[in-house]
Amino acid sequence: MQFSSRTKKFTTNSQTELYSHPLLFYVQPPLENISLVEFETFAVERLKLLKTIENLGVSYVKLSDQYIKKLEAESKALNFLYRTEATGLLPNGGSETLVYTTEVDLFRYRFNDLYPKQKLEFLHRNNLQYDTISVEEKKALHDKLVSSSYAFSGITVEDQDFYKVPFQDALDLVRLRKVYLKAGYVYIPHQEIVTIVLNDFRTRLSKALALTARSLPAVHSDERLQPLLNHLSHAYVGQDYSNQKNVGKISLEQIDSLSGKSFPLCMRQIHQSLRENHHLRHGGRMQYGLFLKGIGLSLEQALQFWRSEFIKGKVDADKFDKAYAYSIRHMFGKEGKRTDYTPYSCMKVILSNAPSQGDYHGCPFRHSDPELLKQKLQVYKVSPSGIIQILELIKGMHYQLACQKYFELTHNVEEASFSLNHPNQYFIESQKVLAGGRDIKRETDAPQKPQENSTKAPSAAPEAAANTQDVAEMTEELDSFFQDA
Amino acid sequence: MPASDYDSACLPDILPLYYRRLFPFSQYYRWLNYGGVQKNYFQNREFSFTLKDDIYVRYQSFTTQNELEKEMQKMNPYKIDIGAIYSHRPNQHNTVKSGTFQALEKELVFDIDMTDYDDVRSCCSAAEICPKCWTLMTIAIRVLDRALRDDFGFQHLLWVYSGRRGVHCWVCDKAARKLSVAARSAVAEYLSLVKGGDETMKKVVLSDPIHPFIRESLVVVERYFPLYALQDQDILGRKESVDKVLALTPEDILFRTCSRANSSIAQANSSPHFISLKSNLQQDFQNEKKPENRWNLLKDQAKRKQATSKKGQHFEKEIMLQYCYPRLDVNVSKGVNHLLKSPFSVHPKTGRISVPIDLKELETFDPFAVPTISMICEELDRPRTVEEEDKSEETIDKENEKDAAESRKIRDYKRTSLAKYVKCFDQFLDVMARSWKGELLKKSDLQKDF
Repeated sequence: MQFSSRTKKFTTNSQTELYSHPLLFYVQPPLENISLVEFETFAVERLKLLKTIENLGVSYVKLSDQYIKKLEAESKALNFLYRTEATGLLPNGGSETLVYTTEVDLFRYRFNDLYPKQKLEFLHRNNLQYDTISVEEKKALHDKLVSSSYAFSGITVEDQDFYKVPFQDALDLVRLRKVYLKAGYVYIPHQEIVTIVLNDFRTRLSKALALTARSLPAVHSDERLQPLLNHLSHAYVGQDYSNQKNVGKISLEQIDSLSGKSFPLCMRQIHQSLRENHHLRHGGRMQYGLFLKGIGLSLEQALQFWRSEFIKGKVDADKFDKAYAYSIRHMFGKEGKRTDYTPYSCMKVILSNAPSQGDYHGCPFRHSDPELLKQKLQVYKVSPSGIIQILELIKGMHYQLACQKYFELTHNVEEASFSLNHPNQYFIESQKVLAGGRDIKRETDAPQKPQENSTKAPSAAPEAAANTQDVAEMTEELDSFFQDA
Repeated sequence: MPASDYDSACLPDILPLYYRRLFPFSQYYRWLNYGGVQKNYFQNREFSFTLKDDIYVRYQSFTTQNELEKEMQKMNPYKIDIGAIYSHRPNQHNTVKSGTFQALEKELVFDIDMTDYDDVRSCCSAAEICPKCWTLMTIAIRVLDRALRDDFGFQHLLWVYSGRRGVHCWVCDKAARKLSVAARSAVAEYLSLVKGGDETMKKVVLSDPIHPFIRESLVVVERYFPLYALQDQDILGRKESVDKVLALTPEDILFRTCSRANSSIAQANSSPHFISLKSNLQQDFQNEKKPENRWNLLKDQAKRKQATSKKGQHFEKEIMLQYCYPRLDVNVSKGVNHLLKSPFSVHPKTGRISVPIDLKELETFDPFAVPTISMICEELDRPRTVEEEDKSEETIDKENEKDAAESRKIRDYKRTSLAKYVKCFDQFLDVMARSWKGELLKKSDLQKDF
């Protein structure tokens, strides 16, 4: 591999210097030789850490006290290593964005953990030097600075140093309108400087990920690494519910009844509005279409399903074939760059592409007015005490837990035996519960009544078998970890 | 000629005429070439065409203005979209290794569509527009234009009527074209105030203190609100619309506001929730029919509430913003590779040309007065006036053969109602040319040094 030849150019001195700092931008790749076993351990440790951070991000508000406490505990327990840039080798399909966001979270936490002096030192070491504004300028902008920074009174503004930074370097602050913005420059109070560093880190990380993605074919041709990498990325992302095993197990007639019984609220809501309006906008079509694909609709069924509904509305069959059929085939990887898209996870539904006017997609627990949600839950016959519990969870921003509570209430189970992170998982679990005892009975019935098989819950797919014997042991441990997580 | 005279069935017949004699190719090329400052800027730009029967062809690209002209005249697209500048020629995207063909730059674009305002306009719905709701677009342009210039420091903003129910903005500054996806989405989110879909009632929530950007936007909205919302849309007139507004007023403090009038009753009931502000307002509204006065009543309540509660309460501002603040299609702005309908493309449904909007005449801009393709093609058939005839003789004498065709085309559009919009486009380009002139000078200076 190329790595070894590069190593020789650098002295070990620069190496030790590099790792002596508590925080790194990962500008240089690791230059020393590492053994395969080491690589594997690093990668697994890093993955465990990232996965933990991701899960924490779901259950706690980022940077809240609780979150930090948890993160602290978890990261200590895992004893993470600074040197595991092995994750750079990970990008493989969907895991890319997950690695990206969680790495950024981790970095944020660690930067905040530094002493002020270390922060400054870090800024200087990485050439992030910005000008502070003059006293006169601060006076002139005083009112604007006060009213654009949340936590400041007039007096604190006077004591604070403000940096004048191009807005491109402080995107998080711009996005949230947390700073004053004028003529392309933001005015950042000293304490918010972490945002700039994060922004820089993000740029570097995405560049690095893109570069690694490009060199991936070369790495994959290394037969020592390939099985390991494959397995790592698979285990990290977890079940993606794209497997084609259940294709054709659902008939179109069943969808209405299934939507009441086994669909999570988000899908039930989209389904209902589709039936009512005979139309869905793009966001809804994507979220719902991929979900349906995940529960086992074939391409032909999907086309039939959407067409029959749309032509009841303003769209005629001809228009449908021209304007909508393409995007459905696209979803199934039959058009364009032929990516076989996977159903959206809860994280994706909650965090990206929030619904706007005329949209019905998104997560009802996240994107509905609590009052409207309450009414809806009443219609769906959720008990008043249950509704209170759900609203309480929403208040704490635990949307997935709220959904899980909804599952428990509507399925009459005491405590769900899984931790919900995917609408398709909800569906599978629901089918499992509903099939309940009957499942065993049906197995004996099955030969006589083959059609009834269609309602049977698709069993959770076992993780793909590892390619080689010697990785199997290691990966088993990893699997169990990720399933617990 | 009213737009209703346009018939989409005649498009195949008149599109060739439009692309042969009217489409402003030279300005169009001048725009997208950006002075030739960057190599292959025009050549690597994606165009996509919608042809007859909704056949959609992506990844078209052209090496010269001439090639673009020839191709458009051959294909006669119903609609033209502009995409990003890629790392390679888009028409050869299949020949490069996948993953290396990447969108690098594009104007920062905004798409504002009247459909997104359906919950707050009572005059029309979906794709329909009328003079009553068009004010929303005027407000959107005023708010965004100010913010993009003053806050973000951009200068070269091209506002374009989409041809049907909305407007587009092309921010053409060099810095804007180079923005990353993350930066685009940050800008779009900075500019977005109205959040939530059909499942959310209250879509604008302000926090304290109000950011200078929102203050500035409120100044714009307040200017239009009385005439637009209170008169044209009559949001405090009919019962249903009044209820909608009242649903956006807060429940909590309610009793304090009425305690002044009926303090004894309030105390007697002693439950703060017993008499709500809403019922109070509702009563007031029954005695007062005039929308303006009703609004003043509501504002008074808000003022009183602000005076009494510690944290600022801004529900009257939130109502104004929910009814008037621009609603962006964020996804269009975010992606570098997102396509957007090109200026001077025809809107196949209405036949109207997608024309630049002159901000100096924004208040009087009338989407229904925008020429349709059939209208300008007809204008072309009118006999020339003597004056025009004279002028054209002169120019032909002056110029050589090769330029004659070009100058005829220029004369052609000048005889139609498209002229003033092309002129507006020209002015935009002139201003922008000054910015790249400096850059070109710098470049040539550098070369002399060697």
